[in-house]
Amino acid sequence: MALNAQRRRITQQVGFGVLLLAALLTVLPIALIVGLILWRGAPAISLEFLTAAPRDGMKAGGILPAIVGTFWLTLGTAVVVVPFGVGAAVYLSEYAPESRWTRLIRIAIINLAGVPSVVYGLFGLGLFVLFLRFGTSILAGSLTLAIMTLPVIISTAEEALRAVPQSFRVVSISLGGTQWQTIRRVVLPQAVPGILTGVILGLERAAGETAPILFTAAAFFLPRLPGSPFDATMALPYHLFVISTQVPGMPIQLQYGTAAVLLGFVLVMNLLATVVRSRARARRQW
Amino acid sequence: MSNPDPVKVSIQHLSLAYSDGKESLRNVSLDVRSHAITVLFGPAGGGKSTLLRTINRLNDLTDVVHVSGSVRLDGEDILDPATDLISLRRRVGMVFARPVVLPMSVRQNLTYGLELAGERNPARLAELVERSLRAAALWEEVEGRLDDPAISLSGGQQQRLCLARVLALEPEVIMLDEPTSGLDPISTGKVETSLQELKHEYTLLLVPHSVQQAARTADYAAFMLEGELIEFGPGKDLFTRPQEQRTEDYIEGRFG
Repeated sequence: MALNAQRRRITQQVGFGVLLLAALLTVLPIALIVGLILWRGAPAISLEFLTAAPRDGMKAGGILPAIVGTFWLTLGTAVVVVPFGVGAAVYLSEYAPESRWTRLIRIAIINLAGVPSVVYGLFGLGLFVLFLRFGTSILAGSLTLAIMTLPVIISTAEEALRAVPQSFRVVSISLGGTQWQTIRRVVLPQAVPGILTGVILGLERAAGETAPILFTAAAFFLPRLPGSPFDATMALPYHLFVISTQVPGMPIQLQYGTAAVLLGFVLVMNLLATVVRSRARARRQW
Repeated sequence: MSNPDPVKVSIQHLSLAYSDGKESLRNVSLDVRSHAITVLFGPAGGGKSTLLRTINRLNDLTDVVHVSGSVRLDGEDILDPATDLISLRRRVGMVFARPVVLPMSVRQNLTYGLELAGERNPARLAELVERSLRAAALWEEVEGRLDDPAISLSGGQQQRLCLARVLALEPEVIMLDEPTSGLDPISTGKVETSLQELKHEYTLLLVPHSVQQAARTADYAAFMLEGELIEFGPGKDLFTRPQEQRTEDYIEGRFG
């Protein structure tokens, strides 16, 4: 009996150990990646690096056009994806009855999420750049990134809407509210933090993607800042790809520096999402 | 007995079925009189909540597969598809078993329905806030806390806020579905006292949380069992000399 108990205790401790190791293994790569990039990239980051255009075949100067390009692409994506994504989520969560039609929409969303990003890039090239004649432009790139981001936004927004207690809706209706008044005045405000978190995480992915903008928006070398949505632009992920693989004799610290800026861009957005979520949790009244 | 009060809600041969085959109503006929408390009581699953939710058409939110018969409010059949549900729900207010305060301040909970109805006059809103809180016996307790989150009130206060929220809309009929089921005896007493006051102005329909509460509050009482109305009459008769064996068994605690 005693022996059996001891063996079970050991089994349990071994089990805990294995699980702890698995958990630590997820921390290790991110710590190594972030640590290495910041450590090797930090020396390259200077005021000039952040505020000047590249010079000398991109081997000197800064990366401002790429930073600005990624900023506009991300903003453009947001402008397109937020109304459509949230609208679709409100429809699915609040209005649509369960039917063959909504099942079809859901299957489409799931499959959209599984499409490889390079396929989005080619789709954007075909539809926005060539067929709609937007050319290689911020507009075409933003639209392509928006379609790629759409499933993430719809899913998280729908989840956030469904998390709002049904009793709020029933009470609002019983007080003479229409369904739209109920959604606008009770349901949506309560779901905003969850929706925002999803939006930021989706945009974060859009900001870091290379393949979708490869054929639709990104310029190899374009030192001036974009002046309109119809301009092509440099962008951080594509610039990183270019200076790492396409330009021989590129100083290594510039590559790490660019990676650090891209990483910083994404980490700041991530941090923002975390702050939004935790502040909303503290204020939530249910 | 003096002249009975006029009939406010007349339910005739009402039958209803949900798509999942759950709790339904079978041929229920019942006259709800104004300026009185009509109590619907009986074991769980007897159709009491379903009946309430039919009168303000809240059942429209649920999967109802069959409705027949009629429910007349001041002679108008509210089951008619052309019924204006928004105005119906303002005329027939409802308080639920669990107090559900909306995630906003005490004051906003009270003005919510009014603003939806288009009332914007601040003086009018303030007047209705105070009057409805007084009528629900809550004014003294929350007078200085109107802008606090409603969720910060105690359970009993939240339930009286829910009652006040309905009163603010100045309805004609107030339905209360086990409004005191989550409350302590003192809070329950306060709510019951409010109801006795309110019945002079409104038509009240109450699903009580116990037979004792039914007997305490009923001007008229209806005993419901498995979707059927077993017995209906003035409360003082029904609880002292029930005509039906099943009513008597339930009142005396032999089942349910």
